[in-house]
Amino acid sequence: MKPSVIVFPASNCDRDAAVALEKLTGKAPHMVWHGDADLPDTDFIVLPGGFSYGDYLRSGAMAARSPVMRAVVEKAKAGTPVLGICNGFQVLTETGLLPGALLRNAGLNFVCRTVTVRVENAQSMFTSGFAKGQTVDFPVAHHDGNYFADEETLNRLEGEGRVAFRYLDNPNGSARDIAGVLNDAGNVLGLMPHPERVISPLLGGVDGVAFFKGALEAAA
Amino acid sequence: MKARIHVTLKSGVLDPQGKAIEGALKGLGFDDVGEARQGKVIELTLSDTDEAAARARVEEMCRKLLANPVMENYSIELTA
Repeated sequence: MKPSVIVFPASNCDRDAAVALEKLTGKAPHMVWHGDADLPDTDFIVLPGGFSYGDYLRSGAMAARSPVMRAVVEKAKAGTPVLGICNGFQVLTETGLLPGALLRNAGLNFVCRTVTVRVENAQSMFTSGFAKGQTVDFPVAHHDGNYFADEETLNRLEGEGRVAFRYLDNPNGSARDIAGVLNDAGNVLGLMPHPERVISPLLGGVDGVAFFKGALEAAA
Repeated sequence: MKARIHVTLKSGVLDPQGKAIEGALKGLGFDDVGEARQGKVIELTLSDTDEAAARARVEEMCRKLLANPVMENYSIELTA
């Protein structure tokens, strides 16, 4: 496996993602700067959490237009797995790789705690480490995690099994409790919770290990 | 030529910041406030001198970056 982590100005979970990937693959991933026009030879791309470009204009809006994202979009369309966590999810919606948008949390509060999500679709490459209906605990830490899409889009996502994870106790007002969605080909996942933060009992949990193990094995 | 772009949340899109502003205004005694919606204004200085060309360029900027059509509407004002 040759995973890459894209690093934007003010990404802050890039190192967490790198540590999780290294734990499971045994070697450090490529760290790719947002200003690079080209990607290294890679077969798994992570857009990490953080506050890229200070959330200027809209969360993820500037990052989605940064030079490296043109290459990421091309790779995603060619089938390379792309995982967007938190700010990475916001970036994916801003590029149009995923439908919908992430609005300000309905309660206005920044939400920073562990949430329980249910695996709604265990068929996808990103959720193959889990069973359908299984619940897992991931931390969330965001201000703009309120998933929004029109009713038609939401119905299509549900009908096509593209809701990957759903909150049991919705922390942010997301439509239909959606915590993570897949693209139509199933090779792009965006989710607000942070599986990369729970890869060791010392960090408070290990549900992230099953997540990355399943995703990396399915991508290999 | 200058362009002023107003970006607003579409009707039906929850605007918690607008709600907070509404609550704060009511707290200050402005009981006549019905609803508050928050948007943003972006001002650009353009080298174009032709209004139609400038409008077309700014429309393109709105579609490509300045507004997110999933949740936002925009309107453009041009001044010489």
